[in-house]
Amino acid sequence: MTLPFSFAPAVRRRFTVLLTRCGAGAYLALAVLVVICLLSSESFGNSQNLLNIMRQVSYSGLIALGMTFVIAGGGIDLAVGSLFALSGVVAVLAANQAAGLSPSPWPAFALAGAAALTTGITGAAINGTIIVLGRVPSFIATLGTYSIYRSLALYLADSGTLATDNPLISAFGSAELAGLPVPAWFLLAGTAFLALVMNHTAFGKHVCALGAGERVARYALINTARVRFLTYLTVGAGAGVSAFLFVGRLGSVSSSNAGMLYELDAIAAVIIGGAPMSGGRGSLWGTLAGVLVLGVVSNILDLWGVNVTLQGMVKGLVIIISVLIQKKEAA
Amino acid sequence: MIATTQPLLEVEAVCKSFGAENVLNGISFQLGRGRILGLVGENGAGKSTLAQCIAGRHRIDSGAIRRNGRVYVVPQEFMLIPTLTATENIFLGMESTRAGFLLRRRMRDQAAALLRRLSCEIDVDTEVRQLGVAARQQIEIARALLHRSDILIMDEPTTVLNSTETAILFDIMRDFRNQGGSIIYISHKLDEVRAVCDEIAVLRDGHLVSITPAAAIDSAELARRMVGRPLTRLFPPLRPVDPAAPTVLAVEHLAAPPAVTDAGFELHAGEILGVAGLAGAGRTELAEAICALRPRAGGHLRIDGREHRFRTPAEAAAAGIVYLPEDRQNTAVLADFSLADNITMASLEKYCRHGLVRASAVRRTARAYIERFRIKCTSEMEVMRNLSGGNQQKAAIAKYLDRDPRVFIFDEPTRGVDVGARGEIYEFIHELAANGLGCLLISSDLEELIGNCRRILVMRNGVVAGTVSGPEISEENIMYLATGVKK
Repeated sequence: MTLPFSFAPAVRRRFTVLLTRCGAGAYLALAVLVVICLLSSESFGNSQNLLNIMRQVSYSGLIALGMTFVIAGGGIDLAVGSLFALSGVVAVLAANQAAGLSPSPWPAFALAGAAALTTGITGAAINGTIIVLGRVPSFIATLGTYSIYRSLALYLADSGTLATDNPLISAFGSAELAGLPVPAWFLLAGTAFLALVMNHTAFGKHVCALGAGERVARYALINTARVRFLTYLTVGAGAGVSAFLFVGRLGSVSSSNAGMLYELDAIAAVIIGGAPMSGGRGSLWGTLAGVLVLGVVSNILDLWGVNVTLQGMVKGLVIIISVLIQKKEAA
Repeated sequence: MIATTQPLLEVEAVCKSFGAENVLNGISFQLGRGRILGLVGENGAGKSTLAQCIAGRHRIDSGAIRRNGRVYVVPQEFMLIPTLTATENIFLGMESTRAGFLLRRRMRDQAAALLRRLSCEIDVDTEVRQLGVAARQQIEIARALLHRSDILIMDEPTTVLNSTETAILFDIMRDFRNQGGSIIYISHKLDEVRAVCDEIAVLRDGHLVSITPAAAIDSAELARRMVGRPLTRLFPPLRPVDPAAPTVLAVEHLAAPPAVTDAGFELHAGEILGVAGLAGAGRTELAEAICALRPRAGGHLRIDGREHRFRTPAEAAAAGIVYLPEDRQNTAVLADFSLADNITMASLEKYCRHGLVRASAVRRTARAYIERFRIKCTSEMEVMRNLSGGNQQKAAIAKYLDRDPRVFIFDEPTRGVDVGARGEIYEFIHELAANGLGCLLISSDLEELIGNCRRILVMRNGVVAGTVSGPEISEENIMYLATGVKK
């Protein structure tokens, strides 16, 4: 069967490109979802609720941005949730150490921030080294460090929750700027910046080339080891920043629960955003839409009063359905 | 019952288009029992599409295809599962079982019988990954026999085979024909097509130009019908030897064990130096060792007289050496990326300002190469997948050329490339040499080497066995060196 319009294939192709390349499909899904939510719940649309969603999605969202690079490069990072917890724990420990040294809250604030970022980057560098130099498949390497980083976080925090009373960290993590929570600003700015990197720098193109064909990239004189390593650093840095903001929100971090399943949320957001699991391309704005879809779904289920235990099922369905729709569009 | 006079296959006015492109325009022919039909044509002429339609893998737009027997497409060798044995691969998807359990011994015996019928000496318990390409192909044919197929479709089966293996394959094909089966044989190698086929069909731009008995047509006439115009000489005139030309690349005692143990040569500016050798002689490995694509164990490299010790392909390119790899689909082009992205992939940093890629500069460069290399495409943003093999190869050459090399190593640059584009690629290589580049031309096609080079390096078992130049150049002399057999 062919369509009766002679222009249909060209239009359809352009539409498909729009859907798959720019994550427009995810925005379509998001729009439909938001309309359903607005119609079915009065409290969904109030600004406090929308701000809550923005804040809630920011933490795993910051991780999803880096995950877009990892997946576009043909890899995966399962350790990033554990790394998030470890970064949070190290940040609080650093803040508490510094608190004893100086009466001013500033050194502790700076040290905690630096500690979170450094831990995230170091953990990611270890992942990258194992994957690039050890030639261990990323799934296996990060499955290993997933366990290691969580275990370290538990050990450092004595399996419990670590708290900080530093007022600056809390103020920073819960502040609002022009009506938006600070973490949401980080998420938006991070999306815009990394979208620029992905689409308009040699590095971004090299990441996609690596994911589309590692041998081709290698023969095209691309330093594949360096590019791959940097994709992991990106996600690690995101985990560090995110963990610091998270500590600021709660004033504490639970070594057993923080960042739990964040890696899966991040991967899901990237996939909903239109990136193929096999690598070769990824859209940061698409990922942002994926992050929001997951956040909105989880929020509306709360508002509807759906049993918490069933929320995972709905989330899983959303992931599968959105990918099925995109497969159809791309076919 | 099927009457014996009824043809095995009837193709009637078959049309097929992909989008706006008409790939097949009213193809009609019949294939009788016990025939080998050659199918030749330039890349993009529609051969593979026609084969896919006959096999029922593409739906045709109009016309009819009547199959009075089973059709089996012999895929390329990598369609087998490397970790399973020969028997398991032959029976894959058709396993004999009783009550859900595999009848191992029965399948093993049957597989052995099938391979014997093909006069193959393959141990049926060997894992396929340990077998060579020729053996893998024989396993594919055994699968076809197990399917009781009447029509085999073979698409470029000999590109991966040496001449002995090709001869064995042709014997197998003739046996199959003599037992009443028919074969549709697609190939670029016109001499081979004429040797093994009963009839030869020529396709051009989706039209069937002619079907003639193989004995009644020569290769030159076939080539003329394929391109639709008289072919001027395929090879440009040989480049004159300039005794004063400086050495651009000097290689001494290069070793990259186990493939290359001791290799040395000098390449002059403006020279096209051929590299010959049997499969496994270490030609590709030598090139990869030069470009730091594989680790070197020793030896010296001098470019324009300066010693270099680069350790990465990027450093090699910076020093002036680039390498066009042989396996285009897996190493030289990204099929889902645009032509512009492919052409500038190796030199993207050139088009960056403040770290950002200037898309306009990328596209301008791509357009310049498209014009220079006469790459057929709708625009520089066209996806690589839509281009023919020859045009993809031109884009791959452009990609490496954009690094402004001093030495350009071509590895099998015309493999799977149609006659027209082949001639163009030779022209480009000669043009680069005329501009003072040193070119290394690695090829398994002796005619290609003899037609382009005044000096040919012959490799054997990882060493440079010798060099032939000027009047000594002949297929015989090269083969003597390549095999180590003296007159």
